[in-house]
Amino acid sequence: MTAYFRPTSLDEALAIRAGREVEIIAGGTDVYPNKATRAGWGRMAHKDVLDITAIPGLDRIEEADARWRIGCLVTWTKLIRSSLPALFDGLKAAGREIGGQQIQNRATLVGNLCTASPAGDGIPNLIALDAEVEIASLRGTRVEPVEAFLDGYRHTSCAADEIVTGLCIPKREAEARGAFLKLGARRYLVISIVMVAGVVEIDSAEAIAHARVAAGACSPVAMRLRALEARLMGAPLGAVPALIRPEDFAELSPLDDVRASAAYRLAAAEALMRDLLAGFADWRERRAA
Amino acid sequence: MTVHEPPPAAATIALALIVNGEPRSVQAGPFETLADVLRDRLGLTGTKIGCNAGDCGACTVLVDGAQVCACLVAAAQAHGADVHTVEGPGPDGITERLRRAFLVHGAAQCGICTPGMLMAATDLLARDMAPTRAAIEDALGGVLCRCTGYVKIVEAVMSVSPLPDVRGAGGEGARSPQKAPRSRPAPAGTGVPSPLPLSHPGEGSVGARLPRLDGWAKVAGTDKFGADEAPADSLWLRVVRSPHARAAFVLGDLEAFRASWPGLEAIVTAADVPGENSFGIFPNTKDQPVFALVEVRFRGEAVLGLVGTREAIERIEEADVPITWTPLRPLAGIEAALADRALAIHAGRPDNVLTRGQLRCGDNPAKAPAQAAATVEGQFRTRFVEHAYIEPEAGYAVPIDDDRIEVFACTQAPYMDRDDTARVLGISPGKVRIRPSACGGGFGGKLDLSVQPLLAVAAWKAKRPVRMVYSRIESMASSTKRHPAQIRARASADAKGRLLAFESAADFNTGAYASWGPTVANRVPVHASGPYRVPNVENRTRAIYTNDTPAGAFRGFGVPQAAIAHECLMDDLAEKLGIDRWAIRRLNALGKGDRTPSGQLLAASAGLPDCLDALKADWDAALARVAAHNAAAPRRRRGVGIACMWYGCGNTALPNPSAMRMALSRDGTLTFFNGAVDIGQGSTTVLTQIAADALGVPPDAFRLVIGDTALTEDAGKTSASRQTFVSGKAAMLAGRDLRRKILALGNVGESATIILDGAVLVIREGEVRRRIELASLATDADGLVLEGQGAYDPPTTALDADGQGVPYATYGFAAQMAEVEVDTVLGTTKVMRIVAAHDVGRAINPTLVEGQIHGGIAQGLGLALMEEFVPGRTENLHDYLIPTVGDMPEVAVKLIEDPEPEGPFGAKGVGEPALIATAPAILSAIRHATGVTMREVPVLPHRLWEALRAREGSR
Repeated sequence: MTAYFRPTSLDEALAIRAGREVEIIAGGTDVYPNKATRAGWGRMAHKDVLDITAIPGLDRIEEADARWRIGCLVTWTKLIRSSLPALFDGLKAAGREIGGQQIQNRATLVGNLCTASPAGDGIPNLIALDAEVEIASLRGTRVEPVEAFLDGYRHTSCAADEIVTGLCIPKREAEARGAFLKLGARRYLVISIVMVAGVVEIDSAEAIAHARVAAGACSPVAMRLRALEARLMGAPLGAVPALIRPEDFAELSPLDDVRASAAYRLAAAEALMRDLLAGFADWRERRAA
Repeated sequence: MTVHEPPPAAATIALALIVNGEPRSVQAGPFETLADVLRDRLGLTGTKIGCNAGDCGACTVLVDGAQVCACLVAAAQAHGADVHTVEGPGPDGITERLRRAFLVHGAAQCGICTPGMLMAATDLLARDMAPTRAAIEDALGGVLCRCTGYVKIVEAVMSVSPLPDVRGAGGEGARSPQKAPRSRPAPAGTGVPSPLPLSHPGEGSVGARLPRLDGWAKVAGTDKFGADEAPADSLWLRVVRSPHARAAFVLGDLEAFRASWPGLEAIVTAADVPGENSFGIFPNTKDQPVFALVEVRFRGEAVLGLVGTREAIERIEEADVPITWTPLRPLAGIEAALADRALAIHAGRPDNVLTRGQLRCGDNPAKAPAQAAATVEGQFRTRFVEHAYIEPEAGYAVPIDDDRIEVFACTQAPYMDRDDTARVLGISPGKVRIRPSACGGGFGGKLDLSVQPLLAVAAWKAKRPVRMVYSRIESMASSTKRHPAQIRARASADAKGRLLAFESAADFNTGAYASWGPTVANRVPVHASGPYRVPNVENRTRAIYTNDTPAGAFRGFGVPQAAIAHECLMDDLAEKLGIDRWAIRRLNALGKGDRTPSGQLLAASAGLPDCLDALKADWDAALARVAAHNAAAPRRRRGVGIACMWYGCGNTALPNPSAMRMALSRDGTLTFFNGAVDIGQGSTTVLTQIAADALGVPPDAFRLVIGDTALTEDAGKTSASRQTFVSGKAAMLAGRDLRRKILALGNVGESATIILDGAVLVIREGEVRRRIELASLATDADGLVLEGQGAYDPPTTALDADGQGVPYATYGFAAQMAEVEVDTVLGTTKVMRIVAAHDVGRAINPTLVEGQIHGGIAQGLGLALMEEFVPGRTENLHDYLIPTVGDMPEVAVKLIEDPEPEGPFGAKGVGEPALIATAPAILSAIRHATGVTMREVPVLPHRLWEALRAREGSR
């Protein structure tokens, strides 16, 4: 019989986590589908469950001097409706394309990260935002960059006694914007074939002062495209789509599956990235107009 | 021996929540879902469970003012929550307003997604009473509907919000505008009073846009689907299915296993089947076992059943059930099954060919006629397609008096269910009663037995009521699919574009069991050359056994696959001969006075030329619009395509009878006994409209008794677009029969009017006015005083060895055009607009006809662009994609009414015709946009991208 714990403090939750093997539930939008998938072929047993939704204070979006903090119970809807700056536009765009509004109302950003699916729409955005993961246990709290936290296919560095309590996203000095593009075979409720995300910071000369770009669903873990980032540095915004080269995507290792072929995924990643970068230039032009 | 501990008593918690404004307290397991709490513990079965995975949105409710999937909310998390379900009026009465709008607009068909749609729309309107169409699509995007194509749902939501519908979708061919409402109670048989008008005094009801007579229960959440009721003392059945596509197996000590699990009352296997352990559609193809004996032939085949308390059967790990598997190499796909030395899947079919079909007329088309100016050919391929009805199969069986059984379940074919269930139990059909539940979508997938024989055998052994609900995965793994097809076809035409010859050879993967494979193999040769005059035709088909999921009936019985081939060849000919694609179809279109390739004379109701003419202005405008858009050679290129179809209504060259009955009792109750199962398409409403006009009373004069094998006559199955045509004709004859008897009683002529005034019949003819006290008439044992009966079997003939004869009494015709935009870099296709012109003979209820066409278009779009069932890989609704509200184009429907003299008031069927032209029209448009001809569906982005790249490479 599955035991179900719903503590009302983080300390209590961490003690449960330290004491036994439990699966954490927040929005439930992965826990229950996974349960249904297993039960479909007769695997009925379920780990004990640690429900963290009764813990107060974890559902906040907070601003500090140098960073934003997103608590582990912040849902996609809460993010979408927040007044966060354009830096978060890509993350918000991802939120609008995750499931339907039923899912967005329940699913958390941190849950999307911790599931660590190669097709997790939030993940390339968090990579592009240089997000750091805040992880608590009875042993203390540690902070780790998202890229390091995601240490393998559907795997993270979160230990059995730890709970991810939030995400920290550094502020940018100059004007910065995030963007996200997703490709799926239908409009809503669709698992990405490919997606790309990026954050750019513009200097006073309309050139790129900082760039982070990443692709998802093309490798076991979403990947930063470092060679492209390097080439983008200092480039005038209007010129950036032309800077993309096929070798920028060489490290990706997409799969052939029911959704698409590997060759297509690579080509689509390149095309989407070109569209994403062109979108930044359009955005500046619209702002200037 | 291990005896497993029962679950601890303290496994539940006390939940307090507010449901529809009322505080409720309930004990529930904390990890149970809110959906289960609402349905099982609070009895609020209006919230439907379609997938238990957040993929379909059927269980959408509001929690603290926001729409959520109730299947993803832990009971513990609902403690203290404010919950709104379909049963309530919604915040500020919004749900109630939407309910009425859904009913008026025909936004509910089968009704299984309706509660979810209503709650998602409630969530939106509670936040924004004047949403844009985009906001409506965003709000409804998480709820899948398989029936409506979302068109009337969006219209209904729009009608509640004050903004006008800027996109202007809807029925251009509407016969009559919405008539003024008149408040009348619903017929007694439909249960819940409807606040909406059901009839129009002084006018006939045929042709009127009546709200569906069974609609109020659907929008109120009170309709009872297969999972929504069962006797309180029911045991539950869980079926253990093969995880292997082909395997031998041995069962271990089942009795010891059973004894080790408290609450597990029985295990049922092949050994427990009292009669024949097999079922199937035709007397000579009953090849599917209820429970496999020693070998399984597909992944998902039933092996045994666990019968017990729900808690007990849901705890058992399948790996612990004593079954020893020996996996064998499966024959996956047609090539494997036809390969040299391939093992026979069924004894008696050494070559794995289930059946063959053929049609031949004129000269051998392989000898291309001398006057042929163009000959074109191609190879085409389609995949398995899943029906994806949102209601998984469910029901219960109750054994009665040791020798009878009643089954309540979702079905399209209650009488076939009765006969095969009786056969499985070894009792006479009269001892089986099938009570169809509301059917949450069928599309052909609920024509085969599913839960019925499993429940019957389990209840027979347990001697208690037994219920079961398929999981989504179980439904998708075990139910039938659309046949994958491999088609080779060739056509030739003269210089003017007149078709001279057509030949095709089509192989259909029928999977592990016969199901409706023979029907596909026999129907396709009649239709495969398209709705055109062709003097020389040879069409051949085979249905091939494989170790894939069984393929059966799916909206069109193989004709949609064949239409992809013949319509592509029409475009090929047009291109080769330099003729417009519309013009070549108009030139060859079958019309009145033409003969079909089976030699049948189309004496009436052959409206394809009219359908094409109705599209001409749109066609020309779209061509100009697309050319202007593409002039700048943009990345996103547009295209317009066109396709025609035809479809014979009813069984192919087989008897296809239906019988209807209506009766007047001494107290004045007029009852319509209608055995046609309404699977959402609207037969309950349409047949009542027909019966009402035939008798000369308003449709709300009837009490309705629908589809119960103990109470109604055999109306046949709900398939093959036959209920309006065949059962509608029987309903008309029954109405006329009763009318004739009443007029004879009054000694008046045909023009007399009949008014039922309580227990008095008032008959008027000119100055003559007669009052007949019903109680004064002779009464039978059931209290009936007058009865009308009607039976109809459409006039068809058997086909000879060359497929010549009259296979159908009438055909539906249609032409559809599609406008698409293709991203030539990414290979993605967005369908922007569909114009559909359908010859329906007579639209008995235009709202329902449009609803059928909208839904068919959505399924055709899915077939063309996204739907591909891969056994063992896409057994859920997130890997198997069906169109969402955001994938639907603008749709315009043009109804052509070329009356069918055989049909009731001129009507014929539209259910399947709605779907068939859509996919080929989209493929034609993609080709127009890109120059690439796709002969394989679905056109997933990577497939189109590869084809675009191959063309670039060849330049």
